[in-house]
Amino acid sequence: MLLNIKNLHVAINGKEIIKGLNLGVNQGEVHAIMGPNGTGKSTLAAAITGREGYEITQGEIWFKGKNIIGMPAEVRANEGIFLSFQYPVEIPGVSMTNFMRTALNAKREYKGLPSIPAGEFLKMMEEKKNLVEIQSKLTNRSVNEGFSGGEKKKNEIFQMAMLQPSLAILDETDSGLDIDALKVVAKGVNELRSEDNAFIVITHYQRLLDFIVPDFVHVLFDGKIVKTGGKNLALELEEKGYEWIKDQYLANSEV
Amino acid sequence: MENISGTNILDEVTQGDYKFGFYTDIENDTAPRGLTEDTIRFISAKKEEPEWMLAFRLKAFRHWLALKEPEWAHIHYPAINYQNIIYYAAPKRKEFASLDEIDPELLETFNKLGISLDEQKKLTGVAVDAVIDSVSVKTTFQDTLGKHGVIFCSFSEAVHNHPELIKKYMGSVVPYTDNYFAALNSAVFSDGSFCFIPKGVRCPLELSTYFRINAANTGQFERTLIVAEDSSYVSYMEGCTAPMRDENQLHAAIVEIVAMDNAEVKYSTVQNWYPGDKNGIGGVYNFVTKRGLCKGNSSKISWTQVETGSAITWKYPSCVLMGDNSIGEFYSVAVTNHYQQADTGTKMIHIGKNTRSTIISKGISAGKSNNSYRGLVKILPAASNSRNFSQCDSLLLGDKCGAHTFPYIQARNETSIVEHEATTSKISEDQLFYCKQRGIDTEKAIGLIVNGYAKEVLNKLPMEFAVEAQKLLAITLEGSVG
Ligand SMILES: Nc1ncnc2c1ncn2[C@@H]1O[C@H](COP(=O)(O)OP(=O)(O)OP(=O)(O)O)[C@@H](O)[C@H]1O
Ligand SMILES: [Mg+2]
Repeated sequence: MLLNIKNLHVAINGKEIIKGLNLGVNQGEVHAIMGPNGTGKSTLAAAITGREGYEITQGEIWFKGKNIIGMPAEVRANEGIFLSFQYPVEIPGVSMTNFMRTALNAKREYKGLPSIPAGEFLKMMEEKKNLVEIQSKLTNRSVNEGFSGGEKKKNEIFQMAMLQPSLAILDETDSGLDIDALKVVAKGVNELRSEDNAFIVITHYQRLLDFIVPDFVHVLFDGKIVKTGGKNLALELEEKGYEWIKDQYLANSEV
Repeated sequence: MENISGTNILDEVTQGDYKFGFYTDIENDTAPRGLTEDTIRFISAKKEEPEWMLAFRLKAFRHWLALKEPEWAHIHYPAINYQNIIYYAAPKRKEFASLDEIDPELLETFNKLGISLDEQKKLTGVAVDAVIDSVSVKTTFQDTLGKHGVIFCSFSEAVHNHPELIKKYMGSVVPYTDNYFAALNSAVFSDGSFCFIPKGVRCPLELSTYFRINAANTGQFERTLIVAEDSSYVSYMEGCTAPMRDENQLHAAIVEIVAMDNAEVKYSTVQNWYPGDKNGIGGVYNFVTKRGLCKGNSSKISWTQVETGSAITWKYPSCVLMGDNSIGEFYSVAVTNHYQQADTGTKMIHIGKNTRSTIISKGISAGKSNNSYRGLVKILPAASNSRNFSQCDSLLLGDKCGAHTFPYIQARNETSIVEHEATTSKISEDQLFYCKQRGIDTEKAIGLIVNGYAKEVLNKLPMEFAVEAQKLLAITLEGSVG
């Protein structure tokens, strides 16, 4: 199993947000995570990627056979975990090119490889830019600075394509995208999709799942996965909302 | 998400060590400790100076005695005992005809500093003058420069070989009466560089001086004078380092620049004197007077400085825009960490018509340091249609450091425009995590973010210097990255 989360509890400033979550992801799979606002989807992503301030009070996160709890965020990234941020961050004065080269070389250094030759790097940039239909005028600018909401999201997928992770977590990458951009993002994901890697797609909308067809759909509520189904579960949620799931969950927990 | 545990991370990575703190064991020829007229006569005699030079020194010294050390800057330090300083120290063997004759220890010093004195420098197109303690050790490429009529030599040599030029320009921009430290320097300065670009000549090489304090208890007082005649151009770079010592060392320099009609001088500094240790012990006291005079019409002087070193920095590279249509620029990055204190900025004095000045200042404070920008923009009544644009940004790493801005504006001409912008920001935990999530560790991430923040200024540096400056910024803030 690529990622195996067992009985995970996560607290922020002493407040428990994730309350006993289990999730297993195999290579080659796409898992969608849905759920009402504020139920802990981004918190789960932060816990998996090792963001500081997210206290793991209980449970285990296994990635490629290692328990990664306590592993620094950059090491997890270099081990192959990628997060497409719900809110990508601007870094003024740092060009996308420089940023990407630094990130790629950090990963190569981690693996004991020499820095990427300039020519190879530029060729790769060109190739991936075409893949996500991102213009050079964006990659020549500072990281996310002055990018529109949609451009920022595309830029996340561009970085994913460059770094070729084995586990990519997409946190609402579809929010704020027009239909063409949505297709581009899906294309980026599908292009990368293989037997060796996996995706966790956090989304509120069925429409992304039309293009990135998930193997599993999970509903996160109150810090736990309360329902898991196939791709049809997303359709059902789209139609009926979350009320029936909440009711089911609350009824169960009262027993 | 801000600052969940940011303070700790920043604490950790701002505990870096100084990389240039080695001391070279060279035999020295030194003056006795203390400062009297005899000290000045000693220095002058050692340098076999003409009478007029000694007279200038003594005049400055007598003036200095009547002055009081300035107290207006936002810096705090124990009183300096001027009688406890050695004012002259020279590596014993002098007169180097070729590299072979230079003390191997000294060459090793230069290698550690990453300066190659040999003619290989030609490949990078840089001519170097190196000043160790009080004496200029070697100036490369004098022949190449000579063909173009460019004079680039140590100040002492210039006193002997070009007395007319020195008499004409020395003290013409920074008179010995200018301030306390300028008077002190004028009395005891030991060496420095002189550079003269004749009419119409575009200097074929970047000129560069490296200063190094080596001997203990020694002050360094160098003087640089650059004269650019009509329609000439020169780019000049200055770098400096010092060994790690527990006591504070004094550095009080003067740089004067004169630019005639249509001349352009770019002066770049990477200041990396020893900043003291993590607890604020030791470090160089850096009191420097730098000023450029745009004497001719349409002349231009640009100061670019990257200030990472020194326990105390007191420095305001300025431009006097006398010629009509002349341009003054000041681009600065000042980094302070641990207990460092920097009070730095510029003065732009607009005298001529249609004069323009630009000030871009980027302060970065970490640890328990204090970083102040102090600037004056003065537009005199005759300076019609003049413009100034100032931007002063401060970046804070952690919450135990201070950033201050003291902009002074005196506009006395109604047709002129003065614009001032200022921002203060912090490196956010969001930015750090974003970098880390891409596999970039905290130290590299801070280096990346800080360099991005300072980019506007770093871009103004000559290529070779820019790379060094970027590394220095990272090292100053992080310790292990370089
Ligand atoms: N730094 C923080 N400090 C305090 N509470 C936080 C912090 N970060 C998140 N929370 C809280 O944790 C809960 C879960 O937030 P999270 O961002 O994981 O939700 P989400 O499921 O991703 O929601 P959305 O669909 O709106 O993106 C929310 O109640 C939120 O307010
Ligand atoms: Mg979220």
